[in-house]
Amino acid sequence: MTKMLSHGDALRIEGLTTGYGGHVVVDALTLAPMLPGQVVSLLGPNAAGKTTLLRALAGLHHASGAVRLGEVDLLSLPLADHARHVTYMPQSLPQRVALTVLEAVIGALKASPIAGEPLSGHAITERALDVIERVGIGHLAMEGLNHLSGGQRQLASLAQALVRQPRVLLLDEPISALDLHYQLRVMKLVRALARESGMIVVMVLHDLSIAARWSDRIVLLSQGRLVTDGPPAEAITAQALADVYRVAARVRADADGLHIVIEDTL
Amino acid sequence: MAMDQAITREGTISAYHRMTRRRVLILSVIGLLSLLVFAADISTGPSNLPLAQVWAGLFDPASLTMPQLTIIREVRLPYALMAILVGAALSLAGAEMQTILNNPLASPFTLGVSSAASFGAALAIVLGISVPFLPTDWMVPINAFICAFASVLLLEFLARSRAAGVEGVVLFGIALVFTFNALVALIQFVASQEALSQLVFWSMGALNRATWSNLGILALVMLVVTPFSMRAAHAMTALRLGEDRARSFGIDVARLRFASLLRISALAATSVAFVGTIGFIGLVGPHIARLMLGEDHRFLLPASMLTGAFIMSVASVGSKILVPGVLLPVGIVTSMIGVPVFLVLILRKPERV
Repeated sequence: MTKMLSHGDALRIEGLTTGYGGHVVVDALTLAPMLPGQVVSLLGPNAAGKTTLLRALAGLHHASGAVRLGEVDLLSLPLADHARHVTYMPQSLPQRVALTVLEAVIGALKASPIAGEPLSGHAITERALDVIERVGIGHLAMEGLNHLSGGQRQLASLAQALVRQPRVLLLDEPISALDLHYQLRVMKLVRALARESGMIVVMVLHDLSIAARWSDRIVLLSQGRLVTDGPPAEAITAQALADVYRVAARVRADADGLHIVIEDTL
Repeated sequence: MAMDQAITREGTISAYHRMTRRRVLILSVIGLLSLLVFAADISTGPSNLPLAQVWAGLFDPASLTMPQLTIIREVRLPYALMAILVGAALSLAGAEMQTILNNPLASPFTLGVSSAASFGAALAIVLGISVPFLPTDWMVPINAFICAFASVLLLEFLARSRAAGVEGVVLFGIALVFTFNALVALIQFVASQEALSQLVFWSMGALNRATWSNLGILALVMLVVTPFSMRAAHAMTALRLGEDRARSFGIDVARLRFASLLRISALAATSVAFVGTIGFIGLVGPHIARLMLGEDHRFLLPASMLTGAFIMSVASVGSKILVPGVLLPVGIVTSMIGVPVFLVLILRKPERV
């Protein structure tokens, strides 16, 4: 099912402020609209507010300002309605859960109704298996989550998020536990799905090179504020890296993409 | 993470269906075993009435003497039914509690609900304090119910205030256990000899207070509560994968927790009010069910109920035959039977789900 892509369905973040208790973590953040099919990576040092921003977009945090998806005001939606549009993949999946991968992915579909799709049991199983196979863990479908490695659990977790086919997919460090093969596989898959379905992907990453290679846009945050926002080659510059991470770096762009060499800490 | 080509999609689907069939089978087997133990339960007792006569008493009352009929109708049947109902109720309460508080040690007993009930009973038995205008027979169960319910409301209040977190709720529950136990000890200290023995016996948990009206009330509570529990099964399964994830799947976790605690308080408070403190079922029933069937709550919740009913029935039989001629308080027997079974299960190498 391909959706019509248009600016009208963009994700707009305006004047977003959020935090824990009285502590403001993200302060009056405004970003250019994120367009359908776009892959956006949030980068920045520890405690820059990346995860907090993602959780606020997921509706898990109280936030003020405006977050709109097309005409829908996401901040004012109750969780159940919010979950029809947006899915969030947290960093961790609990270790000791006696559910198989397939059950967990089916569970994600059954947890709450998805817009206009009362699926039959058979269709739910098929859809769950499709996603599990695309993520590359078809052989683990009947394995218990409590028997998986950290990386395998992360892939199962990604499958859970993908199976709901959200319009906005929020991923918190989706490849942190994965080996090189699966890191690339996941990035490729996420970008392909964004292109196919017009899904907007916003993810927190730490690896600059991977972010640069697979993202359409980089949003660089520091202390809850926007530093740069744009295509990788514009957002990741030696100057920006020096400002944000306090490292000396050389950044070179060519036909193969962006080459980032970190030389030393400042 | 090499791709295993031997596992095909068809293979996976048929394995999934096999797993579902196996679970239904296991559920049926536990159900059947519970029925068998129930039959054993109504056929054992100090008065020599074997199964054949009990059976006759149920379907052909004319063939038995009046005292025999009375034993069957007023003792054997209500005790055995009470064992089944209380076992199922406490085990369901424990299963829900372990999931919504994300703690394998949670149960009505470990989080102070039973202690609160004992405190209420102590107030009535020793000090005669209860709700005004209540028939004396009802003072103890009503007091126990009110205190148990109040303790769960306290837990609920804490669970709702975001600041405490799930760990806070569990710690608070443990604090409740100590507080109420201290209060009960205080009351025991000032109690007369007679009131003291009555109270000690009450707090041991026994089925001999089972009457048809008690049974009716507990059955009604279960009939009302169980459908709501089953309706929340998907949400509870999702909650096992983490609170953030469940919420991002559209589940209002705070509301789920609140509704579940209400159900737990109704189940636990009613059970404890009628049979006293029975400690082990709410903790062990769900664990055994989980080990056998995994954590899909559509299976886990009914399996917990059946397992709880089964253990409680076995304990009821045990309470009659362990010491010939003596009816032990069933609360003692549940622990004596349950602990070894439980140890074997958790020390065994974990099975594949």
